[in-house]
Amino acid sequence: MGLGLALLSLAIGCVIGILAAFARVYGGRPIKAVATAYTEFVRNIPLLLIIYFVFYGLGLIGLHLLNNIWSFVLALAIYSGAYLSEVFRAGMMSVPEGLIEAGKAIGLTPRKTMQFVTLPMTFRIVLPSLSNTFISLFKDTSLAAAISVPELTYGAMVINTNTWRILEVYTTVAIMYLITCYVLAGLLRLLEKKYAMVR
Amino acid sequence: MLDLLLQNAHLIWRGLSVTLETSAWVIAAASVSGLFTGLALLYGPLPLRLLIRVYVDTVRGIPLLVLIFSVFYGLPAMGMQISAFVAAVLALSVFGTAHVSEVVRGAVDSIPDGQTEAAKAIGLTFYKRLRYVIFPQALARAIPPWTNTAVELVKASSLLALVSIIDLLYSTEQIAARTREPLLFYGVAAILYFSINYSLSLVGARVEKRFRYSS
Repeated sequence: MGLGLALLSLAIGCVIGILAAFARVYGGRPIKAVATAYTEFVRNIPLLLIIYFVFYGLGLIGLHLLNNIWSFVLALAIYSGAYLSEVFRAGMMSVPEGLIEAGKAIGLTPRKTMQFVTLPMTFRIVLPSLSNTFISLFKDTSLAAAISVPELTYGAMVINTNTWRILEVYTTVAIMYLITCYVLAGLLRLLEKKYAMVR
Repeated sequence: MLDLLLQNAHLIWRGLSVTLETSAWVIAAASVSGLFTGLALLYGPLPLRLLIRVYVDTVRGIPLLVLIFSVFYGLPAMGMQISAFVAAVLALSVFGTAHVSEVVRGAVDSIPDGQTEAAKAIGLTFYKRLRYVIFPQALARAIPPWTNTAVELVKASSLLALVSIIDLLYSTEQIAARTREPLLFYGVAAILYFSINYSLSLVGARVEKRFRYSS
């Protein structure tokens, strides 16, 4: 459950992040200002606040279609989008100028330069920071317990109220998170080895 | 709307002061102990180094919420009676210490080896090397990630709402539930958190400028 939530939110967050990064690097002044404000604001407020805002707040203005799971995914996507836009922005800015010029020189249109030069390079540059963000997102799924989404931490809370075996339960849960994080880190490192840029 | 806000202002203020107080304690405690664990990671004897490495990686590998729950519910289960506030500060400090020690280690590690070697060559003792050569340079590099950690800790203090400590988030939650104005009050809380953290970042940027060496 936790992994699925993280994966889904990361996917949506990636889209938001790429769009915001685009806006900040290539956008006109007003768009740039909006994207920067979004990034700075969201990065400086707690995730739990965003979760409550989406879960309790959006229902009131007529968005009743969100149950607790979807509001959590939306909140985590908004939160990760801000962090990812920072990651992608740094990546886009560090694509060597010469490559873009080379793209122009062989007659690629600006769109094709973007598609075949800038974006693939950006992905390979940001891969390490992307995997860090993904691991911390996975840990953040524990906050879904606050709005009763049935994931690992929530499961631990339920078992605790039933059995009162607090230490055993939390130790087990901690070990499960720890193992998952290490496995994730290992898998992502393999991916990095295959695709990341040697710099 | 303004009436509602003014009526509840004192409750928000009380929550805000709890958030500020815990954050200040936690940042101070984590910075001091993180400095020592960071130095132990760098210069300690091997067994100590291993022990701290395990501690740092474990804490960074489990969600903070699990850590808070284990301290908050686990210590009393082991027979230790501590107040909610102390448990909260303890849990966050354990988390913060792990992060600060990585900041310290990273900053010192990023100083070129030549600096240490040069200091050795002119005959400085270990302490003098740290005091006059390594620390002044590492400080400037440590400040940006340290500021990030401080911002993370302020944000992390909001999780204490889940163990019923009436911080900014929890008092906002109570007011929002009572007045049925979640958008307004969560918006206010968001602006307050933002102002705390943004001013922290600004101060951090200023201090960094002050300590930066032209290198």
